[in-house]
Amino acid sequence: MTVYDIFLAPFADYGFMRRALIACVCLGLGSGPIGVFLMLRRMSLMGDAMSHAVLPGAAIGYLIAGSLSLTAMGLGGLVAGLSVALLSGLVSRATVLQEDASFASFYLTSLALGVLIVSLRGSNIDLLHVLFGTILAIDAPALYQIGAITTVTLLALAVIYRPLVMECFDPGFLRAVGGRGPLYHFLFLLLVVLNLVASFQALGTLMAVGLMMLPAAVAQLWSRSLPAMMIIATGTAMASGYIGLIASYHLEFASGPTIIITASLIYGFSILFAPSGLARRFFPRPHLRG
Amino acid sequence: MNDLIRLNNLTVTYERHPAVHHISGGFAAGSLTAIAGPNGAGKSTLLKAIVSELRPAEGSIDRGALTRNDFGYLPQAADIVRRFPISVADTVMLGAWKNAGAFGRFSRKDAERAQEALGIVGLSGFEKRHIGSLSAGQFQRVLFARLLLQDARVILLDEPFTAIDQRTTRDLLELVLRWNQEGRTVIAVLHDFEQVRSYFPETLLIARELVGWGRTEDVMSPKNLIKARAMAERWDEEAATCLPEEEHDEGGLVKREPAE
Repeated sequence: MTVYDIFLAPFADYGFMRRALIACVCLGLGSGPIGVFLMLRRMSLMGDAMSHAVLPGAAIGYLIAGSLSLTAMGLGGLVAGLSVALLSGLVSRATVLQEDASFASFYLTSLALGVLIVSLRGSNIDLLHVLFGTILAIDAPALYQIGAITTVTLLALAVIYRPLVMECFDPGFLRAVGGRGPLYHFLFLLLVVLNLVASFQALGTLMAVGLMMLPAAVAQLWSRSLPAMMIIATGTAMASGYIGLIASYHLEFASGPTIIITASLIYGFSILFAPSGLARRFFPRPHLRG
Repeated sequence: MNDLIRLNNLTVTYERHPAVHHISGGFAAGSLTAIAGPNGAGKSTLLKAIVSELRPAEGSIDRGALTRNDFGYLPQAADIVRRFPISVADTVMLGAWKNAGAFGRFSRKDAERAQEALGIVGLSGFEKRHIGSLSAGQFQRVLFARLLLQDARVILLDEPFTAIDQRTTRDLLELVLRWNQEGRTVIAVLHDFEQVRSYFPETLLIARELVGWGRTEDVMSPKNLIKARAMAERWDEEAATCLPEEEHDEGGLVKREPAE
């Protein structure tokens, strides 16, 4: 086997591999920076909860559109994800429940509801697709949808970057200078849900958050500057997509999980060898001598 | 009346708990006032209301012709996420918000002023440092540099000297006094009563309700301080739910008992 056979042939030979790769590149571009912000806002698990919240909407879209129509499922998922985000925010403001508690309740309900709806009409195979994604089945319309979401994400992030940074790091000051913190928080949640809908199609409801949070964690281990973190997260997500696809092709593994495992391996490597990782802790650099 | 800011029967709630009740009075233009009181007295809540971060539940705040841009605000250190990956220079630049807003560009002049402000607080050469790598005192200097950039008519400080080394406290106090000499109105939440007595001519003493407001030597009388403390002890016994503010107040920070 030549280098070409290993690294390029799968994409040169098969359209579905090319589409899967482009989907991974788009997901990396959008989800990478979003994941970094989620992590910095200490909302890592919230992203996970939200990805499950997308499910009932996607399932209803699936019921109405009949087959696994990605547009209908995407729209349904968007509505469901946003509703859960808003409702849990509302519940935590109106009752004694903290936001994470109300989030947990809502997403469990959503997950159960979603699985129920899919199993009412569909087969077990449909259920598997919804839960674990079908990255190799991504067609041109789905790819346009993912690309559009990535474009919107990057443009929106560029516009709200400054207030969003302030909302994360010094919300009191933002409110004092008249910036509307809750507005930016909401716009950010909207971007999170949009990106989850995009990666839901590729990785399913259970792993959609994988290309968001693992790269973000990797980035935090390697850098202490926000722009660098976003670039590292994006690069990690893209590399995981590429390596994962190649590995799954040659080893005949399921693609979605292989991509996420690849991201996990990069994460493991970073934990050991990154500047703020374990190796540096156990083998500190000697102090410089004057 | 030359009051710049007037509180009219002001009641403010914090996370659904009433935190300060029925406060009336005024801050004169160019005054230097300390807001003092026991833990959980509602000092920070009152400040947040003045800076429009919290809305009055009852009563009103009359800010006259002042707009948001006339206020410079230093949040409590505990409210800021110090591990956020942002540099010293970028943090200070945010003080130019009134020129650049949420979306505009910072001008070269803003950058020069930021540089100058860092020099004034003694942090030249720290521009590229990450805020997480600074000591508490250095970080407070950064926030003061941001205030310098804001160039505001009214400056509100929430516990500016908590957990800060003596030298930094002295330097920053000097800045506060200079702002006041320049004619700016300064209102600071403090719990070090000695500091209040030594540097702040006016004091607003609260324990959820107004205990006294006026010249420091009149307000900080033993009688008033005992009254404030008695009021504080009373709500400790009754407190079924503690105020979130009390959580901020702890966190390993050194605090003085009210002197009598």
